[in-house]
Amino acid sequence: MSYQANEKGYYGDFGGAFIPEMLYPNVEELRSQYLDIMKEESFQKEFKALLRDYVGRPTPLYYAERFSKKYGTKIYLKREDLCHTGAHKVNNTVGQILMAKRLGKDRIIAETGAGQHGVATATVCALMGIECIVYMGEIDIERQAPNVARMKMLGATVVPAKSGSRTLKDATNEAIRDWINNPLDTHYIIGSVVGPHPYPDMVARFQAIISEEIKIQLKEKENRENPDYVVACVGGGSNAAGAYFHYLDNPDVGIIAVEAAGKGIQSGESAATSALGKEGIIHGSKTLLMQTDDGQITEPYSISAGLDYPGVGPMHANLFRSGRGEFISITDKAAMDAGLELAKLEGIIPAIETSHALAIFEDRKFKKDDIVVINLSGRGDKDLSTYIDYFGL
Amino acid sequence: MNRINKKLQEDHKLLSIYFTAGYPETDDTVSIIQELERNGIDFIEIGLPFSDPLADGPTIQESSTKALKSGMTTNKLFEQLSGIRQSVKIPLIIMGYFNPILQYGVEKFCKKCGETGIDGLIIPDLPVDVYNEEYRSIFEENGIQNIFLITPQTSEERIRFIDSVSDGFIYMVSTASVTGSTSGFSPETRKYFQRISEMKLQNPQVVGFGISDEETFNQATEFSKGAIIGSAFIKHLNHNGKNKISDFVKTIRPV
Repeated sequence: MSYQANEKGYYGDFGGAFIPEMLYPNVEELRSQYLDIMKEESFQKEFKALLRDYVGRPTPLYYAERFSKKYGTKIYLKREDLCHTGAHKVNNTVGQILMAKRLGKDRIIAETGAGQHGVATATVCALMGIECIVYMGEIDIERQAPNVARMKMLGATVVPAKSGSRTLKDATNEAIRDWINNPLDTHYIIGSVVGPHPYPDMVARFQAIISEEIKIQLKEKENRENPDYVVACVGGGSNAAGAYFHYLDNPDVGIIAVEAAGKGIQSGESAATSALGKEGIIHGSKTLLMQTDDGQITEPYSISAGLDYPGVGPMHANLFRSGRGEFISITDKAAMDAGLELAKLEGIIPAIETSHALAIFEDRKFKKDDIVVINLSGRGDKDLSTYIDYFGL
Repeated sequence: MNRINKKLQEDHKLLSIYFTAGYPETDDTVSIIQELERNGIDFIEIGLPFSDPLADGPTIQESSTKALKSGMTTNKLFEQLSGIRQSVKIPLIIMGYFNPILQYGVEKFCKKCGETGIDGLIIPDLPVDVYNEEYRSIFEENGIQNIFLITPQTSEERIRFIDSVSDGFIYMVSTASVTGSTSGFSPETRKYFQRISEMKLQNPQVVGFGISDEETFNQATEFSKGAIIGSAFIKHLNHNGKNKISDFVKTIRPV
């Protein structure tokens, strides 16, 4: 049994493409070509060159000595925070902008929550000289002013999503509506391993560079390709998908997914989809999602804007249901403390999303010689005001 | 013969209205249906409200949000509709997104529709292929017709497939757009109506999206059996509540 997507885009029970007929031609055009395009030598060459020269890959795999000592195990950090624009998101946008060019599209749309994916999309659009429209919830625009300014500086148009709860899920709805209204010239760069097939698989493949590098780097440092565990935070789950990708079907490697418990799983203010979600359809994908008994999608909460998505990518829903992945949820408080701790012990200020993954060691114990790789998905610059407010810095 | 197919055989252009159940007031559902029938509407689409209606524009989304806020649920809709067949004769179709139906249980939902006297369903985000493989038998056992959408971008091969799976009519989306977003049809759109008409499909076509008045209704039905009005009617309800429905119908189909 494989934990990768099958040819219909299903991971076990999850995935597929539950889309209105208006979207069918757009999605079908992409589905029928994405694998062939990605296999082209010229595509791979251009993609790898941009990842190296523009994004700054390979990102280091860093042995966090003081952090390891504190928790009595061997902890490596995969430094995606050192990517251009400050997070792993750009791996996917570089891949998708090249895909869009090969599909002959000259207009790009994207959704964004905290603004990281919006910035990464605006960045590659500037690089390629392609028009860029980013949908962002009206409430998120107020909360994330620096990223809005970055996108504007990069030449993107930021359109406020004013429907529903005016956050990430509504921005995604608005982007999908734009795509329905502009079926011919537009490519939609989805920022996570969510949405209809082929998006979860395509985004996972673009992010797979993370685990491809971990294998090579771990071999150099520890003379083995496989860690005992690979740990990542999961909102939609794109950094996790990339960190797990080449280990999914290797039972020697434990997979740990860390979700945002918010103020506690039972508090009513949480984003822990595996604990609180039920099977359903969101944004064209069958997956686990937070919803009412009546099937209305509910608004999640986390202190981290990148983790408050009411669903989870279908790959992760399958990892959860099959038992292949170990799912842990971390509260706002535990995450914030872990972020501060990493700053003090290693001189690295992580994004609050990533801080959730760093926080598991208080309760989840590992053996002394276990090798644990944490995907350090993003840097904390964007979260400074939250850290300042929280700790009274 | 079922109500939808019987209606499609009538010798005139059909006018259908969409409205969101539980809007403008939670308990308006039944009286709006009755008033629409009284004013000569040929069949009705009852919208099952959803939090995230991807294929709809702001007018219909706002009506859904408001209906949900005031307590509309799937169970409540079926409660409201129980006994509807004692007063209403025209075909009734529920239009809703797949997730609420999935949570209710597809089989239970179809069964409940059958018992209530609902004739068909339109589920925009249930693709025809998935329906055909996984759910078709459930619909057929309960006598529920599933109506599919086509758009100007739908390939001829796919239209033929949709036609072969359909029983009733084909919902022809007028332009590549969400609901409520166009004003008037372009010559290209009218050519598309004609092109589909010339395919001689086994199911008649009914046009939806972008119809708001007598002129657009007449254009839409030049080559098709009928047309569906949604957002324009919701806007009327916004301004007038459930009163003066006859005035609205007269703007489409003058007496």
